[in-house]
Amino acid sequence: MDDKPAIIFNNVCRFFGEIKAVDHVDLEVHNGEFFSMLGPSGSGKTTCLRLIAGFDHPTSGKIELYGQDVSTLPPYERDVNTVFQDYALFPHMTVGENIAYGPMVRKVPKKEREKMADEMLELVRLPGLAGRKPSQLSGGQRQRVALARALINQPRVLLLDEPLGALDLKLRQQMQIELKSLQERVGITFIYVTHDQEEALTMSDRMAVFNQGKVEQIGSPEEVYEHPNTTFVAGFVGVSNLLKGAAAKQITGSDKAFSIRPEKINLVKSNTRVNDNMHFVDGHIKDVIYLGLYTRYIVEINGGDELVVVEQNRSSNSPENSTGRGDYVRLMWKIDHINKLDE
Amino acid sequence: MSKLIKRVFKFLFLHPGLVLFLLLGPPLIWMAGFYLAPLGTLLVNSFFHLDGFTGKIVHTFSLETYVQLLEPANRQIVLRTVLMAVSVTLADSILAFPLAYYMARFTSKRMKTFLYVAITLPLWSSYLVKVYAWRLILAKEGIITWVANVLHLTGVLDWFLKIPIIGGPSLSLSEIGIFLAFTYVWLPYMILPIQTALERVPRSLIEASGDLGANGSVTFLKVILPLSIPGLVAGSIFTFSLTLGDFIVPLSLGNSSFFIGQAVYSHQGTSGNIPLAAAFTMIPIVIMIIYLLFAKRLGAFDAL
Repeated sequence: MDDKPAIIFNNVCRFFGEIKAVDHVDLEVHNGEFFSMLGPSGSGKTTCLRLIAGFDHPTSGKIELYGQDVSTLPPYERDVNTVFQDYALFPHMTVGENIAYGPMVRKVPKKEREKMADEMLELVRLPGLAGRKPSQLSGGQRQRVALARALINQPRVLLLDEPLGALDLKLRQQMQIELKSLQERVGITFIYVTHDQEEALTMSDRMAVFNQGKVEQIGSPEEVYEHPNTTFVAGFVGVSNLLKGAAAKQITGSDKAFSIRPEKINLVKSNTRVNDNMHFVDGHIKDVIYLGLYTRYIVEINGGDELVVVEQNRSSNSPENSTGRGDYVRLMWKIDHINKLDE
Repeated sequence: MSKLIKRVFKFLFLHPGLVLFLLLGPPLIWMAGFYLAPLGTLLVNSFFHLDGFTGKIVHTFSLETYVQLLEPANRQIVLRTVLMAVSVTLADSILAFPLAYYMARFTSKRMKTFLYVAITLPLWSSYLVKVYAWRLILAKEGIITWVANVLHLTGVLDWFLKIPIIGGPSLSLSEIGIFLAFTYVWLPYMILPIQTALERVPRSLIEASGDLGANGSVTFLKVILPLSIPGLVAGSIFTFSLTLGDFIVPLSLGNSSFFIGQAVYSHQGTSGNIPLAAAFTMIPIVIMIIYLLFAKRLGAFDAL
């Protein structure tokens, strides 16, 4: 049973009239993994999550949950639980009652479910808050309560719909790490929807990148980041320099489009010798942006294209630091760092 | 000129308290003079009493009028009115809820506008006209009797009218008739607050309940109903208090037995017993205060 994939999308579509929210999606989520669905708003990732939860049903295609066809099953008959973007805590119940809602529905005796709720509060590091009302909690605390409420049923799959979106940056980064370690402890399959590529890269075992209702690429964060399949993925996940046509041809000799990450590029003096295993292109610096940890250079190459290069500020007296606006420079990188793209 | 205006605005900007006074002063004076003062007068009057021999009002504090209020005949009036108000409120909430739910959750924008108009439309016409229309509907020669005749259900109607207390010689002369008319005229006041309350329940709460294993009926009982209680309470305040104080419907449709409204009307009018009329008026006020305290106790307003 456990060897079966947690979720299988088999040619799933969800159309709202003319709008193709989910357009022929195939994907497989492995048992016990942290799987992210990444994409801009309107890319279909949330609709996919709602299809798994059962709030919505596919127009066509099949969704399997551990081998069972759940395409048209109502939410309350599925072994999945959801952490909502707005947390969806019941305002008329205490924190304890909120968390114990699942067991209450299953008619677990009051004493027992109160104990379960206390244990869950312990798990999400909010002991002793069972008596509070959701309105008395901070955003971060509500988020944990929502998590506890979803986990108390011990679902086989936990769905998280941009759960950290409303938190400030520091708290979000802290919760990212906590969520990941929680997932490893409880061993439940997590499906995590986000539009934040950094979040997806930080937390996922594997991720799917969505665009306009379609899955563009599925893979581990390293695969997706280092080897983006499509122009969209290269641009959406991290920053990429995209080169095509004549600009590509003058560098690689072929006009096939490719992408190169800013941090893979070496910025050197324009007369530097170039090895055989490297590409190079000359240009002049259009802008220098100092960002503390690193410096970002915008370099205009012959033909008018602009490339972004970042260099870590390792030492303050490195030759890179003496490069300034208008300087002529040479950009070079290892040939195997480029990604040939399907348009 | 514009310089003067500028100076006036600057002065007002620097004195926000004055602005507040200018804005709130007139309505507060109105409220105090035409709303609170009469209520106070009413309360004071209810502690005066009518001298049985001279028929004059004795302007000294006593509880005599309230003792009078507890006479069986008067108790009967209060009980009848309160029972009617409770029945009308229950019937209206049961009728209003599905419609309000439909409006809050399932309608398109255009349909919702249409329903708003449809619900409030009856309020545009005089309430007296509607009550008289009900009199015609319910009369022995009216449409209900006619339909019962056509469907050979006259027996059922007669059996219904023979039920003691709520029955009568015809629908238009029975408690059933009063109940139907009340339920009809106050229904909009129940639908709109419930609809507003339901509209404020986020969809995600209902989804969360289903997600956690609750089917439709559990979700209704545990999430939707508790969160719509503020609306139900607001609506029931309307239906309950409007029924408690009304005298036109029982006057037009009922038999000779009085409701509180009629008692007030006749005591302050024909019999000139202003203290007893005032005491009768205090009953709905006291009942509403108790009701609201009770609702607050139950947590009806916690989610506001």
